Amino acid sequence: MVSSKDKNPSTAKGTEQADSKIQSRRTVLKALAGVPVLGLFGWEVVKSITYKNTKKNRVIKELGLENLQMPVVLDVPAGNTGDLLRLGIIGFGNRGNQLAKSLGFTNPTDIKEMETNKTLADWLEQEYLNVALVGICDVFDLHAERGLATAQNDIRPGGDKAVKLPVKRYRTYHDMLADKDIDAVIIATPDHHHAQITVDAVKAGKHVYCEKSIALSEDELNAVYDTVKNGNVVFQLGHQIPQNVIFRQAREIMQKDILGKITLIETTTNRNTADGAWIRHLDSNGNPKPGDEKSIDWLQWLGSRPYVPFSIERFYSWTKWFDYDLGMIGQLFTHEFDAVNQLLRIGIPKYAVSSGGIYYWKDDRDMPDVLHCAFEYPDRELTLTYSANLACSKDRGRVFMGHDATMELGASLSITADYDSTRYKKNIEAGFIDTSVPMLAIQPGSGGKVDAVTSATEKYYAARGLTTTNINGREVDVTHLHLREWINCIRNGGTPSANIERTFEEGVACLMAHKSYLEHRRVEWDPVNRKIV
Amino acid sequence: MKDKNSYSSLQITTLVILRLLIGWHILFEGISKLLNPDWSSFGFLSESKWVLSGFANWVISNQGILNTVDFLNTWGLIVIGAALMLGIFSRLAAIAGTILLLLYFLNNPPLVGLEYAIPSEGSNLIVNKTLIEAIALFLLAVFQAHRVFGLEAFFTNIKSTKK
Repeated sequence: MVSSKDKNPSTAKGTEQADSKIQSRRTVLKALAGVPVLGLFGWEVVKSITYKNTKKNRVIKELGLENLQMPVVLDVPAGNTGDLLRLGIIGFGNRGNQLAKSLGFTNPTDIKEMETNKTLADWLEQEYLNVALVGICDVFDLHAERGLATAQNDIRPGGDKAVKLPVKRYRTYHDMLADKDIDAVIIATPDHHHAQITVDAVKAGKHVYCEKSIALSEDELNAVYDTVKNGNVVFQLGHQIPQNVIFRQAREIMQKDILGKITLIETTTNRNTADGAWIRHLDSNGNPKPGDEKSIDWLQWLGSRPYVPFSIERFYSWTKWFDYDLGMIGQLFTHEFDAVNQLLRIGIPKYAVSSGGIYYWKDDRDMPDVLHCAFEYPDRELTLTYSANLACSKDRGRVFMGHDATMELGASLSITADYDSTRYKKNIEAGFIDTSVPMLAIQPGSGGKVDAVTSATEKYYAARGLTTTNINGREVDVTHLHLREWINCIRNGGTPSANIERTFEEGVACLMAHKSYLEHRRVEWDPVNRKIV
Repeated sequence: MKDKNSYSSLQITTLVILRLLIGWHILFEGISKLLNPDWSSFGFLSESKWVLSGFANWVISNQGILNTVDFLNTWGLIVIGAALMLGIFSRLAAIAGTILLLLYFLNNPPLVGLEYAIPSEGSNLIVNKTLIEAIALFLLAVFQAHRVFGLEAFFTNIKSTKK
């Protein structure tokens, strides 16, 4: 044994005994040396917990969040109760394929891919919606065949109990709409068909789930609005963002008025790839993707648009031309507008102005690759902006700017107090609120727990999606939830979130921005005559 | 019972302080993970680079394995930390702690060319504080600092007096 002191040998027996007693007492004391340190440790731990809780509670109280009920689970009934729904998909390209997957159908090739990247098990756990995919309509044989293979594939959520019905290919969407064995349709064609197919489908009594954007002109938009309003079917526009639980939580937070007066909302897009700039007609080796005039019904694809000779580039990369869509306004800003409108119900803007140009992807295209749009809401005293760039991938997020705090909303939500805030002045001065880090953050999958006052490092993890919460619990596909909401409304009544009113507001905002871009002037909404002037 | 090498009072006190400090640090690392219900090693492991990245990916690819690793890590830290502070089974604890810290180090070594999203504390090149703490723990195991100012001193002494 190592000893702190060399012992002197003692001669007397009594001294030896006394020495041994002292020795053992000292040993006991020495042995217990760690105990007071452990006591101090415990004391400090309690102090640290108390301090954190006090700080957190003070912020939560200041924000009025004590009784905030976070909707973390879906409150709507399960998607598989009620009668079997027979669906048809019109347009089975890339998006059609994704929608089928969200419904619970996928083709053997994608099954193999999911096996490789280990997502198959998760997908098979997706809720069975009690739907049958019975109709496929596509002008391209290859896509139609993939659709048939998808609808017929037995490997799907629901397993053996999943209903199997024969699947039919329709050459035109009119044929599908005329079939009484179809209850509802999903429209995933290029945008220039959306309005007409929606109008015809509603008139045929089919429920409609239509991808954005809804219309390329005011006439189209008005026709859709009037038909759906007078029809007796459930209409849902394809926007999945509001299905994200984070959005529902953001809505609760908005109602608490934590941000103060919001005067500016900034939405953005940044991409920096050819695919992101909608150059999609070439495969990874630079060769044209499959398809020719024999396998593609080109005239049907063009529909009411001006005739141009068959072009594989137009077929796959149609987004680049204004004949077929509204460019980034239709493809991406629609989602941004919907996100903001679902949260704040801003509705139709009074004025819109756009500017931009084709500065990087200088191929044969109408769509600008740099674009800015500003929407004025004088009644609401706020401006909504959209800034997009297809030649730089710097992520700028979606930001709601208020006098007292700023909210960034994406896959996660964070709110940072403003240094010059009136409301939080006292708490900022007292050191309870730090304006250099978010005062409130919610991560997806965290069970809706409000994570007030966390360290910069923790935020750093979160911003990069490195938090654990993402994998706790199953990842649920938001498009699945959006389709599920539509199906629930068909079965049980009710109005889906991206209903015709929201669709009209979004349609007008997009058409205003597009008109402004084309005409190089500020445009105005005339609410009396319901016209853009 | 007397060792060939006996240490001065200052030497021993220093070793004991080192033992208590490392015990304190490790125990609090464990306790803070226990107190944070959202904590998981996912963030750390997903950043793993170098020789253990394959192992780390395997752990995070499976929720069950990840939960087990989280549990073992949290309670491992608590047991090791408490043992070091109390001076009980502390040689074993020091060795286990060394291995655990080396595992942390090997998952995120500050080697040239390895970039991490998680900001590191201070500036490091090959050597970082985790490595130093691992070696300091090993030093405690080698020098048997538990034999003084720890519960084991008590037992050892009883054994030796019985002889």
